[in-house]
Amino acid sequence: MKLYCLSGHPTLPCNVLKFKSTTIMLDCGLDMTSTLNFLPLPLVQSPRLSNLPGWSLKDGNAFLDKTELIDLSTVDVILISNYHCMMALPYITEHTGFTGTVYATEPTMQIGRLLMEELVNFIERVPKAQSASLWKNKDIQRLLPSPLKDAVEVSTWRRCYTMQEVNSALSKIQLVGYSQKIELFGAVQVTPLSSGYALGSSNWIIQSHYEKVSYVSGSSLLTTHPQPMDQASLKNSDVLILTGLTQIPTANPDGMVGEFCSNLALTVRNGGNVLVPCYPSGVIYDLLECLYQYIDSAGLSNIPFYFISPVANSSLEFSQIFAEWLCHNKQTKVYLPEPPFPHAELIQTNKLKHYPSLHGDFSSDFRQPCVVFTGHPSLRFGDVVHFMELWGKSSLNTVIFTEPDFSYLEALAPYQPLAMKCIYCPIDTRLNFIQVSKLLKEVQPLHVVCPEQYTQPPPAQSHRMDLMIDCQPPAMSYRRAEVLALPFKRRYEKIEIMPELADALVPMEIKPGISLATVSAVLHTKDNKHVLQPPPRPAQPTGGKKRKRASDDIPDCKVLKPLLSGSIPVEQFVQTLEKHGFSDIKVEDTAKGHIVLLQEAETLIQIEEDSTHIICDNDEMLRVRLRDLVLKFLQKF
Amino acid sequence: MDPECSQLLPALCAVLADPRQPMADDTCLEKLLDWFKTITEAGSSLLLLQENPCLVELLCHMLKPQDLSSRVLSFSLRLTGVFAAQEDCFQYLQQGELLPRLFGEAGPLGGAAWTAPTVRSGWIQGLRSLARHPSALHFLADCGAVDTIFSLQGDSSLFVASAAGQLLVHILGLSMQGPADGPPSLQAGDWPACAQKIVDHIEESLRSAATPQITQALNVLTTTFGHCHDPWTRVLWVRLSPLVAGLLEKDPVPAAHSLVDLLLSVARPQALRAQAFAVLLQPLACVLKATTQAPGASGMVDGTAGDSVTVDTLLPSKAACVGLLCRTLAHLELLLPLPQRPCPWPQASLLGAAVTLLQLCQGSASPTSDAGRHLCALLLGCVRVQRAALDFLGTLSQGTGPPELVTEVFAVLLEYLRSPDSSPTVLKKAFQATFRWLLSSPKTPGCWDLDPQALLFLRELLPVLQKRLCSPCWEVRDSGLEFLTQMTGRWGGQASFRHALLASEVPKLTEQLLRDPESYVRASAVAATGQLSSQGLCVSPASPEHLGGQQKSPLSELLHILSTDSEGFPRRAAMHVFTQWLRDSHADVVGDTEEFVAGVLQVASQDLDWEVRAQGLELALVFLEQTLGQPGSPCPYAVTPPVVAPARPLAQALQPLCRVRLFEFAFRALFDCDRPVAQKSCDLLLFLRAKTASSSSPQEARISPDVASVEAALQRWQAGDQAQPLGDLEPEVVLAVLRSMDLEGLRGALAESSDHVEKSPQSLLQDMLATVGILGENEADCY
Repeated sequence: MKLYCLSGHPTLPCNVLKFKSTTIMLDCGLDMTSTLNFLPLPLVQSPRLSNLPGWSLKDGNAFLDKTELIDLSTVDVILISNYHCMMALPYITEHTGFTGTVYATEPTMQIGRLLMEELVNFIERVPKAQSASLWKNKDIQRLLPSPLKDAVEVSTWRRCYTMQEVNSALSKIQLVGYSQKIELFGAVQVTPLSSGYALGSSNWIIQSHYEKVSYVSGSSLLTTHPQPMDQASLKNSDVLILTGLTQIPTANPDGMVGEFCSNLALTVRNGGNVLVPCYPSGVIYDLLECLYQYIDSAGLSNIPFYFISPVANSSLEFSQIFAEWLCHNKQTKVYLPEPPFPHAELIQTNKLKHYPSLHGDFSSDFRQPCVVFTGHPSLRFGDVVHFMELWGKSSLNTVIFTEPDFSYLEALAPYQPLAMKCIYCPIDTRLNFIQVSKLLKEVQPLHVVCPEQYTQPPPAQSHRMDLMIDCQPPAMSYRRAEVLALPFKRRYEKIEIMPELADALVPMEIKPGISLATVSAVLHTKDNKHVLQPPPRPAQPTGGKKRKRASDDIPDCKVLKPLLSGSIPVEQFVQTLEKHGFSDIKVEDTAKGHIVLLQEAETLIQIEEDSTHIICDNDEMLRVRLRDLVLKFLQKF
Repeated sequence: MDPECSQLLPALCAVLADPRQPMADDTCLEKLLDWFKTITEAGSSLLLLQENPCLVELLCHMLKPQDLSSRVLSFSLRLTGVFAAQEDCFQYLQQGELLPRLFGEAGPLGGAAWTAPTVRSGWIQGLRSLARHPSALHFLADCGAVDTIFSLQGDSSLFVASAAGQLLVHILGLSMQGPADGPPSLQAGDWPACAQKIVDHIEESLRSAATPQITQALNVLTTTFGHCHDPWTRVLWVRLSPLVAGLLEKDPVPAAHSLVDLLLSVARPQALRAQAFAVLLQPLACVLKATTQAPGASGMVDGTAGDSVTVDTLLPSKAACVGLLCRTLAHLELLLPLPQRPCPWPQASLLGAAVTLLQLCQGSASPTSDAGRHLCALLLGCVRVQRAALDFLGTLSQGTGPPELVTEVFAVLLEYLRSPDSSPTVLKKAFQATFRWLLSSPKTPGCWDLDPQALLFLRELLPVLQKRLCSPCWEVRDSGLEFLTQMTGRWGGQASFRHALLASEVPKLTEQLLRDPESYVRASAVAATGQLSSQGLCVSPASPEHLGGQQKSPLSELLHILSTDSEGFPRRAAMHVFTQWLRDSHADVVGDTEEFVAGVLQVASQDLDWEVRAQGLELALVFLEQTLGQPGSPCPYAVTPPVVAPARPLAQALQPLCRVRLFEFAFRALFDCDRPVAQKSCDLLLFLRAKTASSSSPQEARISPDVASVEAALQRWQAGDQAQPLGDLEPEVVLAVLRSMDLEGLRGALAESSDHVEKSPQSLLQDMLATVGILGENEADCY
């Protein structure tokens, strides 16, 4: 069993598991941090941005998979754990010869589609006049200014995919529900479990009859909107692959939400605007819910909230229809019937308005001071670029970063000098190390496998021993482009016996509760299933002699000696010997058993756990006599 | 004892002695016992027993073999103890052999009743009460009670076991009080027999291999050293300390927590200070060592503190570590203000330790050793330690510290105030500690202003406060406002503070918080607005952003709250602010004081909250004092000389009071259904009457205006019908009504609590008899 690690990013994993002749890709996250090396794509011609010294290239985004490690066309299935971890899907399904199936839950697929659609839309609506790729040549790259010249493996950076590719990729997804068991080629069974992190987010169980691998990726124990995490089903795993922990282990989401609200209120009360660069789904639902509760108490009822994204409408509506994927509280609302998320009420009362882009209706409705939620969190494309340009000059305004995926300082770099206030409130609800340690105690996997970043404290806080995974035995770590041999051997395989063959067995009870029978059969293996079938009958027809089957049906068996079982109680054996006229018997204990010495006969009987030897000097008669005495104590079948 | 009770007593004793009459409610027995305690404390127990022979009969009855309820038996044992606390009564009971038979082997001790914990508890408490005099000591020795107490220390009932330990401490103390000549010697033979026996037992227990026995002995010692500081305790410690030290050397240390408690308690007696103080400081020394590399840098305890081994022993698990640190901090906090605190007091080290502790909890410390990293992992995010350390840090502000440490203190406080992870309670403590440190920051001579360092800190603090006032958590907004009120009260008059505050958003936010959805926050905002307004720090209505808006003055804002707020807290707060404003002659009030007072009193009189009405009377009193020219608390720096005598006739002086309808308010309050309001009003009117009686001229006293209609109206008010107003009152009428009213009588009636009848011993006895049907008619009060 091997694990091919294609991504070094712990929260955007991409691993391939080879398990029992199947090749399973676990997630395909897209690391977009390389976009920070590019200038923002403005919606409106920005004299400032276009005058910045730079390279006139817009080569799209990056994809950091190390594809040489494994031939991706051999991947049988791809398991997706949440919508953030599927953003590289089109690159794999459309360009590698992939012919397998992708498994994901419905919300994962639908919201994943929204995220991809938004991404494509953001990139395509500002088409580039030209593109350049020669700079990727190592000799030229070396001459580029830092940090470009230090960027690794720029040759793997790719253009953004198209909507056509997205659609084609998504068409390969087969939808699954929590706890649904999916057979892969009869060899293994995969099952998604609720992971509590996002709508439809899953952990996966990959198991055969005797082995169980759990894949935990992006899980949360906090009570937010999704269904709670299913921990119990992760128990008894041989291997637990652990990825997608919180990226900001020192920031408690509750505290950060408080910080978010306070800074928002402070800015707006002061007459300033608040910009929240965010993804169109996920934490934004929780933020809107918090604000719903907070705005009245903070006297912000008259402040408009704008949500601008090409997929804003779909995202807000989708969240309301996936009731079965929501936490219990929200599910019960549906039966009242009420919308599960309060943002419906915000929309109804006109406090929250959403627009596909800042062109069109938005420009006529726009009122300040206001709060704007829009993408992209990297500040390199999307409507957020415009708002940064628009509001960056006033110290009354504030940009609040809530997504933890990008360094906010790097994201802000092209906008400097900046007068607007910048607040960093990363909200990452994924497991922190305390929760992980509780989880591991609870589910007790035999082995834990995780990215190497989790096995030591963060470099900036090397004394924080609490910020790493602490388990026994120590977790096995992997880094990008490594192949791990998972630390357990498969020892058993399940074999079926055909009914007629099973019928023919004559079990013999060798001790209470344990019966044995000998089987002679043909092992038939097909589609990873092993079946014992009755051996082929000899050519000549036989009939009505079932009871003598042993001699008739299986002619080869005639040469087989009966099998023996049982043990020889030494004292009784000695008594029996004495009864049969042997005298002068001496018993010696050895490390493995006993030696019975018949001194008169110059004979030695060695009794061990799994063998008995009679050593006598060429006296075959005596040997046979003794052998028969030994056999009296054993069972034959 | 009054005759009525004496009459009821025999019947009650008979009921108690009758096993067929079960006492359903044992709180009655407790009340009865309390009553006997009161009687015996006031007079002679012997006389009581002689006058009421039924009591001795009841006690004798307990000796007969019968099926008595364990409650009554326990009660009787305790009652006997109460009587026998007086030596003559003890002798009296001794003569009748009552005491040995009740408390000795022959008593319940050997019987079936002993299985009931309440009986064992009664036995201990009885002895605890009677052990007051030398005769009792002899008795205890003779009847073998001490051995029984030893065995009860391990009783299955925790209450009994704990009481047994307490009793041992008490007996030890009592027997050592006897030989008062000089400090006792270390020689065993010189100690009184009873004390010797107990100390021997303790020694034996400390040598025992069984942890429960060691724990018992340690608990007895902890209580002894905690409560008694007599010289003999020092001798006792010298005698026992080798054994205690022996326990520390064992691995693992048995009964570690009890041992720490003991070491903490011996820190109190002065003579043991240095020795015990070192033990007390050890956990903090560990903390300090966790982040310093230089050996001996702690200045507290050198040697092993901070070693992995020491840390592991002292602070092994999270629970133990947190518990020990919190206890240590609490003890040090108590020690700090004491004059006999250990000297030299390691102020700098303690300050350093408190700061380090707070940093460890926050994850901002940089541990230099494995032990430190271990501590860091244990303490991270621990709210209990954070609270205790912030309290302690606040207390340390009374002393000084090296400047660089003070800088660190402010830095760590700011870190806590800033951190989004600080819980609301921690934040509140951080605000309190901050205020105390700002108070103690060095002052420039002759100037009350903040020193430059504090001012720098303030500049960083205000944006944090601003953000906290916008917190989604109401507790945080509330404590932020309280902090603001304190700061403004202290430095509101100082130029630099005013400048910094006015440059921030804080005053505007405070004004907005008057409309907070949470009533506690509104109340705090009212208090803060009151304080800001007093110092002229409120947002000016004329500021450009409010042009055209409906910005109201603080006075009208608060009046609006007083008349419309649905919750009591903000209204009470508004009344407090108004009273303060009137007292301080606030600019908005001075303009038209009468209109202000009239308005406030009118709103307050209709308030449903009695505290608001009571505060209205407080405001009325201030106005009254100001009107009649007698400042409530004469200010030593007042420029105007105190008014010598009213220059105007009294009636004229009272005119303003009539105009603001103060009397109508006070009279209405006099018949208020809430007693405190009525009492306060009564006091106010009595004050006024005394004032007017001393200054009224004979002519004025002779005028007898027609007061009949007013008195009639007041009678109706008293009867509960307050619909009819009094109308305009003339000063002469008021004076006449005041003179004719029996205010003293009213005050007397109000002083008695409403249940004074039900609480009387007579009522108790009647109730007890009534429940068993002895009294013909059931006169029990239903309350």
